Amino acid sequence: MDLRFTPEMEGFRDQVRTFLTNHRDRYAGDAARPREAALEWQRLLIDNGYAARTIPKEYGGYGAAPDVLKTRIIAEEFTRAGAPRGFANQGISMLVPTLLEVGSEEQKKQWIGPTLRGEVVWCQGYSEPGAGSDLASLQTKAVEDGDDFVISGSKIWTSTAAQADMIFCLVRTEPDAPKHDGISYLLFSMKTPGIEVRPLKTMTGSAEFNEVFFTDVRVPKSAVVGGRGRGWFVANATLKHERGMLGDPNATEARLHSLIELMKTESVDGRRLIDDPVFCDRLMQLQARVLTMKFNGLRNVTASMTGEPSGMAGLVVKLQGCELNHQIAALAIDALGELGVLYEDGPHLRAKGSWQWNYMFDLGLIIGGGTAQIQKNIIAERGLGMPREPKLASA
Amino acid sequence: MDFSITPDQRLMQESLIRTLEAAVPLDRVRRFAADRDDSGADVWAALADFGLPGVVIPEEHGGLGLGLLDAALAAEALGRAVAPAPFLGAVAASVALTRGGSAEQQARWLPRIAAGEVVVGLAIAEAVAGARDGMGVVASGGKLTGGSLFVTDAMTADLFLVADTVGGLHLVGGDAPGLDRSVVTSIDLTRRLGELRFDAVPGEPLAAHTLDAVRDAAWTLLAADTLGAAQVMIEKAVAYAKERRQFGRVIGSFQAVKHLCAEMAAELEPCRSLVWYAAYAFDEAPAEAGLTAAHAKAHLSEVGRFIARTATEVHGGMGITDLLGLHYWFKRLGLNRQLLGGPERVRRIAARMQGLAA
Repeated sequence: MDLRFTPEMEGFRDQVRTFLTNHRDRYAGDAARPREAALEWQRLLIDNGYAARTIPKEYGGYGAAPDVLKTRIIAEEFTRAGAPRGFANQGISMLVPTLLEVGSEEQKKQWIGPTLRGEVVWCQGYSEPGAGSDLASLQTKAVEDGDDFVISGSKIWTSTAAQADMIFCLVRTEPDAPKHDGISYLLFSMKTPGIEVRPLKTMTGSAEFNEVFFTDVRVPKSAVVGGRGRGWFVANATLKHERGMLGDPNATEARLHSLIELMKTESVDGRRLIDDPVFCDRLMQLQARVLTMKFNGLRNVTASMTGEPSGMAGLVVKLQGCELNHQIAALAIDALGELGVLYEDGPHLRAKGSWQWNYMFDLGLIIGGGTAQIQKNIIAERGLGMPREPKLASA
Repeated sequence: MDFSITPDQRLMQESLIRTLEAAVPLDRVRRFAADRDDSGADVWAALADFGLPGVVIPEEHGGLGLGLLDAALAAEALGRAVAPAPFLGAVAASVALTRGGSAEQQARWLPRIAAGEVVVGLAIAEAVAGARDGMGVVASGGKLTGGSLFVTDAMTADLFLVADTVGGLHLVGGDAPGLDRSVVTSIDLTRRLGELRFDAVPGEPLAAHTLDAVRDAAWTLLAADTLGAAQVMIEKAVAYAKERRQFGRVIGSFQAVKHLCAEMAAELEPCRSLVWYAAYAFDEAPAEAGLTAAHAKAHLSEVGRFIARTATEVHGGMGITDLLGLHYWFKRLGLNRQLLGGPERVRRIAARMQGLAA
């Protein structure tokens, strides 16, 4: 254990701070920036190595060697300055790593650069109404017709489908193969005739997701990534990136700080919420958990620096992190009492109703990206070496 | 930035685990638990050969000169083995003496503690976790009067580290005139607790105010002990679930059982990092030491209780029998939870440290 940073790393930190100070006028102020300003900021970040840092230069990235510590320093300094980070959409966090791993040279050249710069927005077509946790049972079919596939079926839980230019999509190309071997991973335009996007309104009151319907959508066979029938294995390479995104301890720590501020500033009967021993005790329980996951995160950072497998400490992050976020929102709602149920607008509304929004939306995150129950299977089977549930012959 | 233990620390811990497997198998624990007159001297001698009593004592005083993280790794191994050993008192006295003792006191006591010749009992429960049943020790004119409960190794200690009602620390010889000791029986028979009564007992005050440091070190070691004991309970539950068959399958293939095991592991594994950090902060980041020690103590207590109960349940009826001996770990976790403050009290202190509670 030595949590000090070397002079080289402190120098790098100074460099990031100087950049953020010099460019404060580019990000300070209104959070809702026009699209062009956001794209410009993204390009500036890539040019300086604060976004797309480890993506090779030839594909439009900055081309630095992977360095977990520098990545962490960038994250810390951007959070401290309140500066917007580089884009973290599904195209960048899931498609780009997949293309780098298994894409053809042509696919890498065509898609990675514009995706990194935010010029091409992607959505993910994985889950289906009948294929959730059992994703490999997906039924959207792609039938061969000359040089094309003709796709029909539907996808669900597709966030950003309405804004997306492109989709990376799992379809069944070999109906007679065993279920894991009959899937292909396709890239195609959301403007292709035959695609219909319907917003999927959730309990939050807004539509964070969509349903996407395909009726005889014609896509060239060259759109396959990683080989025909290999889609399951291509997708699994990406799913591990998604699980890494959920349960980020920095975001959890920021949320806890907001909760502490709330409990110090809000009062009931003239008494601060923090002065209620029951709420204070619950806050301390959560603080212990936040610190625990923060230190667990540092341990995982060290493991990836030294190339060691993070093992159990890595497997538990999604399960524990998402649950913890949910509990922080729950305490905020409880501590606010009746005010905690206010929503949408009104003079008594606190934090724009975001605690309730988080409480509802985070339940979706506990389910999405591998449900808590699937996470427990993974922890037990891969982490503890426990046997799998025997499979039914028909499944 | 390196958040990991060194290869040397790992080797030390593995070697200690093997030493304990030889010196304190479950049969030895059973004999210690059954016989109040068993002092466990053979176990302590084996640990003294290892250098454990002096783990944080500077080398010039005959210790290993290591940090609290090394002591915590050792405590984890002791918890794994549910080993009877006066380790908590040894480290607490080392901290009190190195941080608050005079040069003369250090030279007189530290080498003998490091060698394992002087067994130290810890009598700080009232100052840390509150006074009950009229307890509390008042220091006046170099003499101590009153009483202290939940004193570790009270019947066998050669020396006591005693906290008075205003947070001062004193060394008191086990044979000091006016000192009366008696047994206090807890659920956990792998550790010995007792009650001390002081009637104008001569004490040797320590110069500086070090009660907070002693408390933080003790909280961290109790958390580490819980980490080790709870880890063993998970291992035993998983092994049992992989072996026990019902309905024609091993029960570990049922998700109802498998998920209990996953929940235990998901709760405990991140705790390892919290314990490491608290121990590291004790020596290297003093501003964070109190808060992280408190959170380690309180959080590991909660996780320890969950695992003690759940791992026992995974064993089915066998879990509650004496035959299996699982209850030694269950009870060890139970004592670690309450000793020097249950989680609610410790969290209250954690809130006060941050100015969040009065």
